[in-house]
Amino acid sequence: MSIKGKAYIVGIYEHPTRLATDKTVPQLHAECAKGALEDAGLTKNDIDGYFCAAGDTPGLGALSMIDYLGLKLRHVDSTDTGGSSYLLQVGHVAEAIAAGKCSVALITLAGRPRAEGMATGTAPRMPGVPMPESGFELPYAPATANMYAMCAMRHMYQYGTTSEQLAWVKVAASHHAQHNPHAMLRDVVTVEEVVNSPMIADPLHRLDCCVISDGGSAMIMTTPEIARSLKRPLVKVIGAGEAPKHQMGGKIDLTYSGAVWSGPAAFAEAGVKPADIKYASIYDSFTITVVMQLEDLGFCEKGQGGRFVSDGNLISGVGKLPFNTDGGGLCNNHPSNRGGLTKVLEAVRQLRGEAHPAVQVKNCDLALAHGTGGSLGTRHNAATVIMERE
Amino acid sequence: MAQAQQRKITAPPVNPETQHFWDAAAQGKLLIKKCTACGEVHFYPRNHCPFCFSDQTEWVEASGNATVYTYSVMRRAPVPYAIAYVELAEGPRIMTNIVDCDLDGIKIGQAVRLVFKPSEGGAPVPMFTPV
Repeated sequence: MSIKGKAYIVGIYEHPTRLATDKTVPQLHAECAKGALEDAGLTKNDIDGYFCAAGDTPGLGALSMIDYLGLKLRHVDSTDTGGSSYLLQVGHVAEAIAAGKCSVALITLAGRPRAEGMATGTAPRMPGVPMPESGFELPYAPATANMYAMCAMRHMYQYGTTSEQLAWVKVAASHHAQHNPHAMLRDVVTVEEVVNSPMIADPLHRLDCCVISDGGSAMIMTTPEIARSLKRPLVKVIGAGEAPKHQMGGKIDLTYSGAVWSGPAAFAEAGVKPADIKYASIYDSFTITVVMQLEDLGFCEKGQGGRFVSDGNLISGVGKLPFNTDGGGLCNNHPSNRGGLTKVLEAVRQLRGEAHPAVQVKNCDLALAHGTGGSLGTRHNAATVIMERE
Repeated sequence: MAQAQQRKITAPPVNPETQHFWDAAAQGKLLIKKCTACGEVHFYPRNHCPFCFSDQTEWVEASGNATVYTYSVMRRAPVPYAIAYVELAEGPRIMTNIVDCDLDGIKIGQAVRLVFKPSEGGAPVPMFTPV
């Protein structure tokens, strides 16, 4: 069974806050859910499926949020694959709707790492429950930034990728963010400014890293019949793929991601090719994340990602592949240290023709959103979603 | 020059699957697991082979010779340090720190050898230093 055309995205909402000192995490989830319902023209009682990730829903995860929101449901999924969870959930929602397990699904994401003063990228993460690999990692102080940095270092060694090429990813994001009034960083930056920003973990500079922001997002998906009864533009999911990648028992290869599997699965289901995509939301936890994923999704040859992103090729109206026109995680928002849902939202805005006029892609009828959750290279899940405007 | 300094090293959590590994580490030995069913070596060590899923795995001692597969110097830390994956002569690529050297001189592909460093209240942990 294919999910192609079986589920539509009818409601989206991105919380405008980037610093939520005066709000709780459940409150942020609720405010996002309310915004997405209003966008769709539906009410809370229409929801019969709830999708979230265990990692950003406090307490008992989905159960606490369902209790807090007062939902009456017949389908729940709180699979957590880090920042890619919500991209994965788009596929899972489509499967559940196609199978008749729910008809109106809510997806939420929210968090406040900035208000909590979290050193997201640089502080070694101590798992609450020991992982099987804990003894072989914790002594070496892996943090998010130096784990991704090791991928970048190897990519540079193996393919000749340069810091200047990585910087172009941030430059493109900043060109888009200047038009987003809610973006955390709205100043346009240059390649020189990126490579001259302080080194965090070689070879990644401060401006190679995404923002630490509070906020959240929510989305409503539904059946074709209900979607057609609403007043919003029709955006449907036509392909989805997911693929975990791990350490392969020690045969570790940090130069590619699970997108080499999730991408082809999504493209095959959708019946389209990378060259057909008019707009792409690409998870941008770090600049290297974008370069590697673009290669793995087939937008360019493996190893040529640095060259592909250079000279403004990702800037809307300038380059061949407009990406992250909201400013992405690098400039706009990375709520709860998880950017998966904001990626889908900007793709939907593009397909609806509701992106900022300065970054709106003309005749945008086919878009891709892709993310990596966990640690690039060693343990992550890749999720790819392809959407079409009807 | 950013010389590796003394960094407080978190003690490795020990469990029934890894007790033997850390007992050997206290003797200055780096152990890896080998599957007697399929012959593959793996790391980190598990009771079941992650390649063929046999539970017939045995401990073997690694030579301690390795090369740097990749690395990164964390600058935003009280004491900068170099995290790395090194490729053991026996095959597996393992996470470690590169120590006792100029952190700015580390190179991918360079030969390194095993040293053990004390952890905070736990077993000594295997790290590597340039040959």
